[in-house]
Amino acid sequence: MYALREAFSAFRRTPVLTGLSSAMVGLALFAVGLFALASYNLHLALSAIEERVQIVVYLRDDARQSEIDLAEKELGELPQVAQVHYVSKREALDNAKKELPDFADLFSTSEVNPLPQSLEVELKSGSRTRPVVESIARKASSYSFVEDVQYGREWVDKLFMLRRIGAVTTVVLGAGFFLVAAVIIGTALRIAIFARREEIHVMRLVGAKNGFIRRPFLLEGAMAGLLGGLLAWLLTYATYRGAYAFLFAVAWIPGAWVLGALAAGALFGALSSGMAIRRHLRDL
Amino acid sequence: MIKLTNVSREYPRRGYALRDVSFHLPKGEFAFLTGHSGSGKTTTLRLVHMMERPTAGEVRVTGYSSQLISTREVWKVRRRVGFVFQDFRLLPGRTALQNVAFVLEVTGTPRKEVMPRAQRLLAQVGLAPKAGAMVNELSGGEQQRVAIARALANDPFLLLADEPTGNLDERASRGIMDLFWDINARGMAVLMATHDLELIRKYPRGRVLELDNGNLVYDSQQA
Repeated sequence: MYALREAFSAFRRTPVLTGLSSAMVGLALFAVGLFALASYNLHLALSAIEERVQIVVYLRDDARQSEIDLAEKELGELPQVAQVHYVSKREALDNAKKELPDFADLFSTSEVNPLPQSLEVELKSGSRTRPVVESIARKASSYSFVEDVQYGREWVDKLFMLRRIGAVTTVVLGAGFFLVAAVIIGTALRIAIFARREEIHVMRLVGAKNGFIRRPFLLEGAMAGLLGGLLAWLLTYATYRGAYAFLFAVAWIPGAWVLGALAAGALFGALSSGMAIRRHLRDL
Repeated sequence: MIKLTNVSREYPRRGYALRDVSFHLPKGEFAFLTGHSGSGKTTTLRLVHMMERPTAGEVRVTGYSSQLISTREVWKVRRRVGFVFQDFRLLPGRTALQNVAFVLEVTGTPRKEVMPRAQRLLAQVGLAPKAGAMVNELSGGEQQRVAIARALANDPFLLLADEPTGNLDERASRGIMDLFWDINARGMAVLMATHDLELIRKYPRGRVLELDNGNLVYDSQQA
């Protein structure tokens, strides 16, 4: 109770200092927020592209229906496969007419349907990697009634590399941003505590217990972290709205991330405060 | 009460600040600790307040021994021993009352009792009318009174004072000294460091301990 009152009155007594440290925390977390926004959107874009990865198994015209059913069932039972969809010659023609309207005439005047029937294999997310795609393609090619298997080898390769670059960048840059933010937050709170060293000194002088001295500072750190987190959230959201309105359609980061970041801000604030105050409580 | 037994305090660079000092201060006694600057007066007070530990010997304060007490327990000694400084060390930006209340609060006084007790303490040092004044607006003598009220907050058995009149003019000094004697008359022991021999001469009832270069060279009780 005392700790809470003290922590609040610290905001009242030194509004500039606590405001500044909250602002510093906020700006540091804003950088992290921008990064999260960018990497989340990159992740979404890559996922959208990735969803288009599928394997198309073209079947010979003389394949028997029972053989096709068996292949459909066998491929569908593979653990990495989400679903297998059979496309008949008729459907293939209809699709072609729809997708290539310029050639619609050609397709409708032609007596014979030149398009093959096929099985479209959709993969589960997380299984759209080159080794998985290749092994399924190999399995599909092994059926005698399969004419050809296509999955866009280069496409999958490039996508895979992009994902790797994306992941590495996210981890390295993210760690960098986080570290810088951590240092800034730690310094801001150290300054805030240094400014109140006299108070700490008096408390020790008159026989306050260390835990008692520490508590309001931990709370104050948590509050500065939380306020900074809110500020960072506002700034990031404003940036997002700006980008959405003037640049291109970006997605807002998931709510859980925001809450997690706020909680992390508060926790980190408390932690840095705790570390900073330890120096003042170490001696007799 | 307080007992120093063959106490030495040596610093890595400065060498000995105290060397083999022994004395005993019984309950309710008033003692001056005198000597030139650097003779070890402040070090002695700091050892009694357990702000540092002796490098040799033992300091006992009520039931606590410097050899046994842990850093975590040291608050127990601090609540039994008040400390007053030459430079007051009050919290600026707070009123006299808030400075005293702060101490009561951080040492776990129930909230309802904090303000009435702080008022009473200020009245004890004759500062009740200035309770609401910011400490930086008070005179030196008044600030020292606030510091004394603060030191008395936890009802200690001993008051340590490090040159408490060092920053005050003669009239204010006299007022503060009278206050110390008042407090002593109520049964509280006082150990006051001062280099001001004139001051000591004015209060012949006090015991005098003289330090020179870290050695205890004179004790009026043994003389």
